[in-house]
Amino acid sequence: MSETILKDKLLNNVDEGLLGEISDLEQIKQGAYNIRKNGQGIERKVTENINIITKKDKPGINIYVKENTKFEIVHIPVIITESGLNDLVYNDFYIGKNANVIIIAGCGIHNDHHKDSQHDGIHRFFLEEGAKVKYIEKHYGEGKGDGKKILNPVTEVYLKKGSSMEMESSQIKGVDSTIRETIGRQEEDTNFVVSEKIMTHGNQFAKTIFDVELNGKNASTHVTSRSVATDNSEQYFISKIYGNEKSFAHSECDAIIKDNAKVTATPEITANNVDANLIHEAAIGKIAGEQLTKLMTLGLSEKEAEEEIIKGFLR
Amino acid sequence: MLELKDICFARENKKILDNINLKIDTNKFIAITGPNGSGKSTLVKIIMGIEKPDSGKVILDGKDITNLSIDKRAKLGIGFAFQQPVKFKGITVYDLLKIASEKEINKKEACEILSQVGLCAKEYVDREVNGSLSGGELKRIEIATVAVRKSKLTIFDEPEAGIDLWSFNNLIEVFEKMRNLIQGTTLIISHQERILNIADEVILMKQGKIEEIGESKEILEKTIKSNAKCCVIREEGVN
Repeated sequence: MSETILKDKLLNNVDEGLLGEISDLEQIKQGAYNIRKNGQGIERKVTENINIITKKDKPGINIYVKENTKFEIVHIPVIITESGLNDLVYNDFYIGKNANVIIIAGCGIHNDHHKDSQHDGIHRFFLEEGAKVKYIEKHYGEGKGDGKKILNPVTEVYLKKGSSMEMESSQIKGVDSTIRETIGRQEEDTNFVVSEKIMTHGNQFAKTIFDVELNGKNASTHVTSRSVATDNSEQYFISKIYGNEKSFAHSECDAIIKDNAKVTATPEITANNVDANLIHEAAIGKIAGEQLTKLMTLGLSEKEAEEEIIKGFLR
Repeated sequence: MLELKDICFARENKKILDNINLKIDTNKFIAITGPNGSGKSTLVKIIMGIEKPDSGKVILDGKDITNLSIDKRAKLGIGFAFQQPVKFKGITVYDLLKIASEKEINKKEACEILSQVGLCAKEYVDREVNGSLSGGELKRIEIATVAVRKSKLTIFDEPEAGIDLWSFNNLIEVFEKMRNLIQGTTLIISHQERILNIADEVILMKQGKIEEIGESKEILEKTIKSNAKCCVIREEGVN
């Protein structure tokens, strides 16, 4: 194992707080990791099975996981504390045959000033045959300034025969604007499970686009989005799934709406094969009155009941 | 402990509750029965604060609670089990029991409560309270959430509604043990003779009024004589 400090920069309290919101600092240091701060890599560790190399042609890193690597964890958190920074990064993950790993990414922005801070992470995953990845991505924004905190992640997933990926993404607090794009291209016997959780408030804007092609026999995908939109925030959920072979897809959008918020769900399922079985469900509505009443009979005020319902919904 | 004074409730020009006056004592097991549409559910919802009466007063331990919210009444010691248990997304049985008990309970304690209502605790404690649970399972969880509160007054709105006969036979055993499980006064809406038989008093309601209050046996006889027997389901072989 080797550990490299790329820059002589120590993590300060704000940095550690941000990292704590999107990950667990203790846990990060146990496996391979790469910490990026304000557009530069500041700390990295590689392991015998997982190598991380800085890209030469553009900002970002390549992560190589050796075949048959079992149960290792890779953390690649990004933090931005510099107001006005626009950080664009390309990270490519190459997952070897039959490897089984957990990858934890996330971005925390702390903006105390007037200029907008932005992070656009373009992540591409190339899974070889039989590989399995659990990918967890968490986004978080904080700070007293009126400069916006903007995150536009793109996730491209290419699944070779027999591989599978489970992706969990969440954006619970403080991100002013986000456009999240997830693309899946699936070969034979692959499975792609996506679960997304979003909460917006104030004047925030969130748009989610899923574009999944089931190109191989018995490819399957399950896309679940749970979101809460409050105040004057706006959310758009767009899901496009193409069943080009004997395949199965289930996409589900479930949103709670409050105040003057707006939510639009646009499901699109296209079957280009008679054996494609594609399902979409979408539900948007306010918190059910009976749920509030039940929790109030257990002693919670209306506000506390609402908080419990939302906490459970986004769990 | 609970007193209802001149309670009236009407909707769409129909009197649903017509000048109800009722006193309920401490540590009693009281059943309310009567035909559908006689105002039973509305009456208990008014006690919990889920519905507001058009006129009249609800008095708990001498205090007028007519204008208090549901949660404030819960804090004063009124518990309520819904006829149709409410389902959630993401909230687990354990979460609900923790909220209900208003203190940090550990999983072992939560499991003990579930066992008391006849659920195999380990299988259920981490389950979400959602549509994947059967009607009978949801009813038992609903009972557990009110039992754990140990309220002064616990109300059950027709617990037998919406579950199959087999689940009900099991559930009724829970109620027969309920007098130990639930402390304080129990007010239960039921059409089941087995439940009426374990009650200290039975209140018979008809067309928004209290027709009669008495022991199970005499009320049953009266309902049969007045041809209102359809509202009570008799157990086979019970005379």
